[in-house]
Amino acid sequence: MIRYAIKRLWLGAIIISFALMMMFAMVYLIPGDPASVALGPRATPEMKEALRERMGLDQPVWKQFANFYGSALHGDLGTEVLSNRPVLNVVMEQLPFTLALIVGGITWSVALGIPLGCIAAVRRGGFVDQVIGVLSVAMIAVPSFVVAIYSLLVFAVALQWLPAIGAGDPGNIASQLQHLILPSLAVGLGWIGYISRMVRASMLETLEASHIRTARAFGLPEHRIIYTYALRIAVLPTITLLGVGIGHMLSSSVFAEIVFARPGIGKLVYEAISVRNYPIVSGAVLVTTVFFVLVNVAADILVGLLDPRVRSSFN
Amino acid sequence: MREPLGAIGLTLVAVVVLSAIFAGVLTSYAPSKISPTERFASPSLLHLLGTDHLGRDLFTRVLYGGRVALMIALGSTLVSLIVGVVLGLIAGYGPRWLDNVLLLVFDAVKSFPTVMLALTLVTLFGPSLYAVVVVVMLVNVPGYARIIRTQTLVLKSAEHVMAARSMGANAGRILRVHILPNIIGPILILVSMDIPVVVAIEAGMSFLGLGVRPPTPSWGAILNDGFANIRDSYWIVIAGGLPIVLTTLGFTFFGETLRDLFDPRLKGR
Repeated sequence: MIRYAIKRLWLGAIIISFALMMMFAMVYLIPGDPASVALGPRATPEMKEALRERMGLDQPVWKQFANFYGSALHGDLGTEVLSNRPVLNVVMEQLPFTLALIVGGITWSVALGIPLGCIAAVRRGGFVDQVIGVLSVAMIAVPSFVVAIYSLLVFAVALQWLPAIGAGDPGNIASQLQHLILPSLAVGLGWIGYISRMVRASMLETLEASHIRTARAFGLPEHRIIYTYALRIAVLPTITLLGVGIGHMLSSSVFAEIVFARPGIGKLVYEAISVRNYPIVSGAVLVTTVFFVLVNVAADILVGLLDPRVRSSFN
Repeated sequence: MREPLGAIGLTLVAVVVLSAIFAGVLTSYAPSKISPTERFASPSLLHLLGTDHLGRDLFTRVLYGGRVALMIALGSTLVSLIVGVVLGLIAGYGPRWLDNVLLLVFDAVKSFPTVMLALTLVTLFGPSLYAVVVVVMLVNVPGYARIIRTQTLVLKSAEHVMAARSMGANAGRILRVHILPNIIGPILILVSMDIPVVVAIEAGMSFLGLGVRPPTPSWGAILNDGFANIRDSYWIVIAGGLPIVLTTLGFTFFGETLRDLFDPRLKGR
C-alpha cells in the first residue's frame, strides 16, 4: 500500500513540476516586456529598468528559471505589481469561494446521482430505468454555462426565488447558502448524470456477486441488501470519478462565477486576463493545478485503500 | 423504430447541419447587419427569435453561428484525431523510454483543468479561432493517444504483425497496413461522441470572449450578448442557448445509439 501511495505521489510531483515549467514558459513567452506591460504606456525608461531589476528580468534565462522554481517551492509566487501584495495571498483569498462552489456541486451530484443510479439498477430495463438513462445523458451533454444562464434566467430573473448576484453577506451562513444553490447546481448537474450512470453500472455488477446471493438466500429484505450491502461496494468507482469530477467542476466554476458574479478563482483569472495581470494568471492556474493533482492523488489512494485490486493493477 | 432516442438524435443533428448549410436560403438577413432602429426587438414574424443590442436578427445569427460551430467542431476534432493517432502509434510501437515520456506528457496535459488551460493559452496567443482548435486538441489528444497506444501494444505481438515483421516489413508499413486499420474503427465512434464536447468548448470560449471574434456569429457570443441584457431582453439568451442545447443533445443521443449498435463492448463508457 505504501509503495502504491508513493508511486502515486511521485507522479503527482512530476505533473506539478511540469505545470511549473509551463507557467514559467508562459510568462517568458508572452510578447512584449512584462515590466512595460505591468507599468503601462506612460512609464519612464528608469521606472521600467527598476521594475525589471525587481522582477529579476535582467538575469539570464536559466537563472530566472531557477529562481522561479526555487521560490515557487517555498510558496512564493511573486508579487502582484498593482497592489504590491504576494500573488499567493491574492489567490488564496479567492480559493474558499471556489471550494464552496465545488463542494456544493458535489453535494448536488452525490445527493441526486446515487439514488437515481440505485433506482435505475433496481428497475433495470423498465420504464423508470430508461427515463433515468435519458435524463442522465441529457444532464451530461448540456454545457454548464448554458445551465448557469438558463437557471439564472428562470429562478433569479423571472421567478425571483433565489438571488442572482454575489456570494451572500459575509458571516451570514443562510444567505451564503442561498447564494450557493443555483451556481452549484450549474456546476454539479452534469455530474448527477455521470454518477447515476456509474452507480447503476457498478450496482448491476455488484448485485451478481456471491455475497449478495448469500444475503438473498438468507432472506434479507431487498432494500437492505441494496442500500446496505451492495451500495457500499457500488459507490467505490464513484470516488475515483469524483477526482476527475472536481477538475471538471473547477472548469465549470469559472462560468458559474462569472454568470452569478461570485468571487472565486475563475473570476480572478478571467479579470486578470482582461487587464493583462500575468502573475495573477499564472499563480492562480498553478494553485488550481496543484489542488487538482492533490485531489486526484488523494482519490486514487483512497480507492487503493478500499479496493486491493486497484493497487495491484497499478504495478 | 427500435431506437427512439437515436432517431431523435439523428433528427436534431440533421436539423442543425441542414440549417447551417442552407443558412443563406432560410433567412433574408445578413448575420452581421446592424440595424439601429430595430434594437432589442422581441420575437415576431419579422424577427423569429428577436434582435440583439445592435438590431441584428438573432435567427440569422443562430443559423450562421451553426456554420461556425460545426466547422470548428469537425475541423478541430479531425486535427486532434490525426495527432492522437500518430502519438499513440509512436508510444505503442516505439521504444519503451519514449512510451514512458509520452505517457507522462499525456497525464500532465490531462491534469490541467480545461478552462484554466484555455485561459492560459489565450493569455499567450490572444483570443482567436486557432486558440479554440489548440484547446480542443489539448483536451482530446491525450485520451485518443492513450487508447491507440493500448491497442497498438496488444496488436504489436499479434501473429499477423509478427509474420509481417519476420518477412522484413519496416515499422512504417506495419503500423500503416497491419495495425492502424484494426484499431481505427472503435476510436472513430469515440471521436464522434466528442463532437458535442467540442461544440461546448467553442461556445464556452466564445461566451467568455476568448474564442471566435466579433462580429462573426457564434452561439457562445450571442449568449454573452444576451447575458449582458438578461433582465430586459430574455430572448437573446434563449436564442443563444437553445441551439447549443439541441446540438449537444442531438449529437450525444445519436452517438450513444451508434456506439451501442456498432460496438456493444463500449457500452456504458
